[in-house]
Formats: sequence, C-alpha cells, structure tokens
Amino acid sequence: MTPLLQVKNLAKMYGARIGCTDVSFDLYPGEVMGIVGESGSGKSTLLNSMAGHLTPDRGEVIFDTRADGPVDTVTMSEPARRMLGRTDWAFVHQHARDGLRMSVSAGGNIGERLMAVGDRNYGNIRARAADWLGRVEIAESRIDDRPSAFSGGMQQRLQIARNLVTGPRLVFMDEPTGGLDVSVQARLLDLLRNLVREMGLSAIIVTHDLAVVRLLADRLMVMKDGRVVETGLTDQVLDDPQHAYTQLLVSSVLQV
Amino acid sequence: MSDYNFAYLDEQTKRMIRRAILKGLAVPGYQVPFASREMPMPYGWGTGGVQVSAATLTPEDTLKVIDQGADDTTNAVSIRKFFENTAGVATTEETEKASVIQTRHRIPEAELSEDQILVYQVPIPEPLRFLEPRETETRKMHALQEYGLMHVKLYEDISQHGAIATSYAYPVKVAGRYVTDPSPIPKFDNPKMNMAAIQLFGAGREQRIYAVPPYTEVVSLDFEDFPFEASKADHPCDLCAAEDSYLDEVILDDAGNRMFVCSDTDYCRSRRDAGHMGRLSEEAA
Amino acid sequence: MYVAVKGGERAIDNAHAWLAEERRGDTSIAELSLAQIREQLGLAVNRVMAEGSLYDPDLAALAIKQARGDLIEAIFLIRAYRTTLPRFGASDPVDTGRMSCDRRISATFKDAPGGQVLGPTFDYTHRLLDFKLAAESDREDLPETQTAEPRSEDTPHILSFLDGENIIEQEPRTDAEPGDLTREPMSFPAGRAVRLQSLTRGDEGFILGMAYSTQRGYARNHAFVGELRIGSVPVEMEIPELGFAIEIGEIELTECETVNQFKGSKTVPPQFTRGYGLVFGQSERKSIAMALVDRALRWEELGEDNLGAPAQDEEFVLSHADNIQATGFLEHIKLPHYVDFQSELELVRKLRREAAELAEQMAAREAAQ
Repeated sequence: MTPLLQVKNLAKMYGARIGCTDVSFDLYPGEVMGIVGESGSGKSTLLNSMAGHLTPDRGEVIFDTRADGPVDTVTMSEPARRMLGRTDWAFVHQHARDGLRMSVSAGGNIGERLMAVGDRNYGNIRARAADWLGRVEIAESRIDDRPSAFSGGMQQRLQIARNLVTGPRLVFMDEPTGGLDVSVQARLLDLLRNLVREMGLSAIIVTHDLAVVRLLADRLMVMKDGRVVETGLTDQVLDDPQHAYTQLLVSSVLQV
Repeated sequence: MSDYNFAYLDEQTKRMIRRAILKGLAVPGYQVPFASREMPMPYGWGTGGVQVSAATLTPEDTLKVIDQGADDTTNAVSIRKFFENTAGVATTEETEKASVIQTRHRIPEAELSEDQILVYQVPIPEPLRFLEPRETETRKMHALQEYGLMHVKLYEDISQHGAIATSYAYPVKVAGRYVTDPSPIPKFDNPKMNMAAIQLFGAGREQRIYAVPPYTEVVSLDFEDFPFEASKADHPCDLCAAEDSYLDEVILDDAGNRMFVCSDTDYCRSRRDAGHMGRLSEEAA
Repeated sequence: MYVAVKGGERAIDNAHAWLAEERRGDTSIAELSLAQIREQLGLAVNRVMAEGSLYDPDLAALAIKQARGDLIEAIFLIRAYRTTLPRFGASDPVDTGRMSCDRRISATFKDAPGGQVLGPTFDYTHRLLDFKLAAESDREDLPETQTAEPRSEDTPHILSFLDGENIIEQEPRTDAEPGDLTREPMSFPAGRAVRLQSLTRGDEGFILGMAYSTQRGYARNHAFVGELRIGSVPVEMEIPELGFAIEIGEIELTECETVNQFKGSKTVPPQFTRGYGLVFGQSERKSIAMALVDRALRWEELGEDNLGAPAQDEEFVLSHADNIQATGFLEHIKLPHYVDFQSELELVRKLRREAAELAEQMAAREAAQ
C-alpha cells in the first residue's frame, strides 16, 4: 500500500536554532499519528512545516494526491498547495478564532470550503452545513449565528465541521483540545474519535496531552529539542517507554 | 487653453496609459496598475475615466459624457467641458452618435456597437476590497483564483435577508477568470456588459485600469437556486412609458407624491420624440 | 409641475462666478498681492510647495490666493499644474552637508562643530497674541537682529560623529536609481526611497498624527532629534551637452535626522538607528514627524517585531498619506449617487415586503393552530 504521506528528513531552522530536524515517517490511509512533547520541543514547527504554513529548510513532504499520485508538497506550486489546503487537507487550529471567520455565520463558515471548490447551490450548501452542525452536536437553529456567540467548545466543534465538510483525506490538528475545560475536552475527544473512525480519516495530532493521544492515535512520535526521540505504537510507547525523556513524560502525568 | 497638449495629457503619459489599456484588453478583467497622474479635477470625481478617455480620444472622435445616466448632471457637464476645452472634440448627447462615451454609474439603454468605446469611472476597482483591505492579499487571491470568500459574502446575504443584498457594483466574473468590479452601476445594467463595444475602466486614485473586450462573457456571481436578477423599479417611465429602462424616483411634493423617469435622459428624449407618452407627459410638456 | 432637469451648465457657471466674488471679498479692502503672500505667509507657501511637490514660491502664492487660503485646495492646484510640466531631467542628489544653515540644532549633543544655531523659530516665543501686529502700519518697528555672517565652510552632519564609533547603523551608499512615485504606480512593499517620497509629500496632519502615535506607544521607537537643519542648498544638474554638472538654482530645505534606540537582533549587536525627514522649505514639524514615521516603517528591515501598530504598516500609511487623494475621494460622496441609492431603495423595500409577508404567514399559521 502507498503511504498517504511520506515525510523525509524534514528540517526547519530559526536562524542558528533548530526548529525541528531529521524527521522522517510514513503515514498510511486511515492512520492517526500523535506527536507529543513539551512546549518548545518542535512539534508545532513540524506540524506547520508539513502543512505548508512554514517553508521547511530541508526535506520532503510527499502526499499521495488523487490525480498525480505521490507529489512533494514542499516544491509544489503555491496554487496547487493552496488547492490541496482546501480540498484534501484540513487544519484544525488550537485557537478556534485562528481557524474560523468570526464575522461570518456558522453556516457560512462551514460553507466556505464548499464554495471555494465550486459549489454554487445555496440550498445544497446550507443543507450540508446543517448536516455538519448536527454531526458536531451544534443545534441546527444556530446556523445563522456568528461564532462569537458560541462557547469555546462549540467554536472548536464548528472549526472541525468547517474543516471536514469537504471530506479531506488528511487532517492536521494542533492541540485541538488545548484551552478547553476538562469536561468539554472529553466530549470533543469523543466526537473526534467517532469522526475519525466513521470517515476513516488520516490525521496528525500535535498535543502535550498524553490522554488525547491515548484515545486517538494509533502511533506516537515523541519529540525533544527538535528531534524525534522515540516512535512506536501508542500503547507500546506509553506503557513501556524506552527513552529516558519519554519515561519522564509518562511518569509526570496521572495514569489514564 | 492652447498651452496644453491635445486632451490635456502629454503624449508620453498617454502612451503609458494606452499600454495599460492594451494590457487590460489582453487580460480581460485584470486590474493593470498604471501611474495615474494628478488631474485638474479631484480624485474620486472621474480622474481615472478622464485619463482613459484622454488617452483614447482622437481629434475625429465624438464624445458623450453621462453621470447617473444623464448628460446634464453637473459632473458630466464639467467633464464634457474639460474635453471641449482641452481636446476640441465634437460632443453629443445622442448615444448612437458618440464614438467615446464616458460614464459614471450607468450603461446607456441603447445597445452599443462595435465602433464605440465605453469608459467607466471607477472609485474602488477591487471587488474583494471590503472583504480584505490589503492590496498584497487581494492580488494574491486574484492570482490564485481564490474567490470562495466572495461567495461567502453572497451566502451571508441570502441567509440574513433571503436575497443577495447587493444592488449596485454587483461583482462579475469576466471571461471565466477574473472577478471584477463593474463600477457602481446598478445591477440592472450588469447583463448589458456582454456587448459589442469596448469597455474600459479607469480608477485614478487607486491607479488601476481594466477592460472588457467586445463580445466577452461577463457573468454576475450568484447561486444556481438564487440566480442573479437584474431588477429595477416596477413602473413604466412617467414621461416616455418605457418599461425596459432604469428609472429614477423623483419626489414631487410635500405630500410624498412621486414620479418615475428614465435615468438615461437621451433614451427618454428619443422615445418622447418618437411619440411615446407616459402617465405625466402632457403635464410635463 | 416637475421638469426633469438634473443640474446643468448655467448652475456651474453661476457657482464659479459667485466663488470668484467670495474669493475677492469686500472690494473696498485692498487685494492681496502674490508678493505679500510669498513674503508674509511664507510657512503656508512652504507647505504648499512641499505637499504639492513643486518648488516655486510664486506659484504656491498664486495657488493660496486662488484657493482662498485653503491649503489643501492650493496643494491640489499645484499638483494639477505640475503634471502638465515637461520633464527635462533629474538633478544630482542635493548635498545637505553643503547647506548654508539658517537654523541647526541637535538634541543629542550640547555642542558640535558648526555650533547650535537657533534661527528664526517659534520655539521660545510665548504664544501671546501680539496686538501690535493688529495695528496696520507701513513700517512696523522691527526689533534689531544681530546676525553673524553665514558660515562659509560646510556644516558636517552631527550623526556623522557617531559613524566613527560604529555605534550607529551605516547607511550604505547606493547609486541605484530610486523609484519615482509620480511616474510609477505604487506597489507594496514600496521600499524606503518611495516611502520617503510618499512621506515628504504626504499630508502634514496625517504624518504628524502617525508620528505622535509612535510616541504614545504604538510602535514606540525612542527618537532623539540628532539634528535638525534648515537652510539653502544648491541644486546641480548634469547637462549632457556639457558633460558636467552646473548649479541651476538654490532651494530651501528642512532636514531632520533622528537617532533611535535599537536593542539589536540575532545578527546585529545593539546600536543606534536612524529615521530621516527631508521637506521643502521651512517645515520643521513635518520633517521631524516624517523621520519618526520613517523609522517606525523600518521595523522589518531592522528585524524588529511587528507590533501591529498603524505606523508600522507600510500599506496603511502610504495608502492614506496623500491629502489630494484623500480629499477627492472623501468629497466625491457629495456627487450624485441617485442611481445607486435608487437600487438600494428598491432592495430595502423588497426585503421589507418579504419580511412582512413572512410575518403575516407566521401569524396566520399560529392563529390557525
């Protein structure tokens, strides 16, 4: 089977400082990869370099495109990469306001990607927006409300709906549960797990929260100082950490 | 005013503007930056249109200038006088007789022909400006054809008002490529943009020229199930009984009585000359 | 009965005649001469030259007279005239080091070669209305001034004394042809040369407000006036037929160089940086403001943070600095917009009609239940 995403020797520098370096891995269709590490470990830099938000200094990010098969997205033209960014890729930001248009209604937020790829039927766009609101457990009656009137958890769920409406094949998530109350987090995690299973999504999730990866990720990469120090199946890594840093990380949180 | 060159601008400047016009015609709907000059009328009062007209006019041309569809509005009079003085060209109020028509906010009702040029005055040439204030961003959006946001705006209109709440400067897509601002013409005029004449758009303050070549497809943005509608006041003209022209509403008295008259004064006059009579024509005469 | 006339030529002609009458005012009062404006309203003349981008005191005086003292209108007249002038060529860069200074002060050094020269400044006047000026007389009693002979040697720039220590950023010399704001459309990023052109002809009030905002914390850049000098410089031009440069005249300029703190970056050790202002005539406030805004706009090139302050935003500052563009667009909203308003009117009526119908249906449905 062709990997959906192949990352090869990816590196991003900030002047002389390492953002992330020597990162290589394959992601297969339907697989969820978790990336954990403390803040400053380079996990967000890695995520943004893969998603095209940052330009890596070295390495390749090869995506198995529908039309042309595996293509390096780092060297791909900007229009093609941006097209990917609104069709097959999705990006869920930690802060919903970075990923939503706060002055546009919930329906408009969800509909934007559909319209960006050419849907010109208002009724259809609205029906799909309503359907997605239901799937992320937001009442359909809120369809014309602006996200600024939503709670933090609802905003995050709306952001997820807005991203998934075009049926992307790869979702990048940056601390999707960060900044939310614990009870809200649990509900969101549950929702995400169901969506991932239902849609057979491939995802890369960056988080510092081991509970999140335990619940969502099939495989795990542990990062420290810009490098991957340990990688393996999630349960294996969490239950039997090999690297000293991973051991520290695992022991420093309550068991889940 | 014999101290000034023909049509005011010096030949170098006209050449520069003509290059921008030609580029605009070659890439329909694309906003070509040009080094707009200071003109002796204020920015926002037609300096772009005046520069395009100045670069387009030849001594043999016949010029018509309209504002709000009318030849006798003050700004139209002022611009027509400017070219009478600086270019000495013939002027006319009759649409058919003009070879160059400079307009603000309207397209004449009479169908234009292949040997005519319509020059629009444009205040804000960027249709995406009020969605994204930054020029660096909007240029990128055009380059990458990222027009989803434009439809989000239309979607929001329908979800809030049940209809697309844009009644003038209604965005169009030119030749299937560039989303373009048709200048603040009422949306009633949008379908007329598919025409035989050359359409040139000049925005002086914003330093942009763009163009629509003859017989180029101009489509008003819409949804399949909320199609574009060219609307106007639901009345005939009270002077010439025209049912197909855009109308001005005029308040007649303190009691709030109104009349509706063609905004295109030449069209209305020619119909009245041909014997058409409206509800109030006898009194008006 | 209504007659469909929307305005017209007679109205315009009459308006122009009335305007001329108003401009002249009471004819029993002597008419202003251009020489009076040029000599006695010199700072107004300076502003019109600076923002009109045309150095000609007599034309500026004419513009002020014609504009009834409305300086933005006068600037507009000058700009419109300026576009029609043929271009013979460009002068060599003026050397402000050769300026014969009427005024030259530094806020950073107590004394420096060339000295502090106060010159004709309002700075230490008490702002008390001087009613003696209200008494008209042919010869006012002018206080005696004791003026020294102008320095014959060049006056060095004060900031050049910091150069030796390497403690202020070096301004690398370039012979690159700068862009010309009046000949090429503005594009972003504009680059410093075009930025400075835009600022020097920008509206004094706008530049002042932008500069003031940096002092109040919106991208604060800790400026000191390293040097402010006002005086005349010779303008030289290379004449191709001659093969060398000759002096074609003299212009009065105000130049301000600020010294600003810079805490350094990854690649550059801490040092002082510069802001620069250069304006036609005696235009002190404008040149200082220009230097502050110039410095604020340089954040990117110096590796500073974008604080999101208006004065750091090149596109915002340069797009809104020109008062002729601004005033034209602002005032154009008084032109007729009947057509657009009519279409809005119909739209609002239609939407209201639909809303009312909907409400009726809802009420009927509720009643039926």
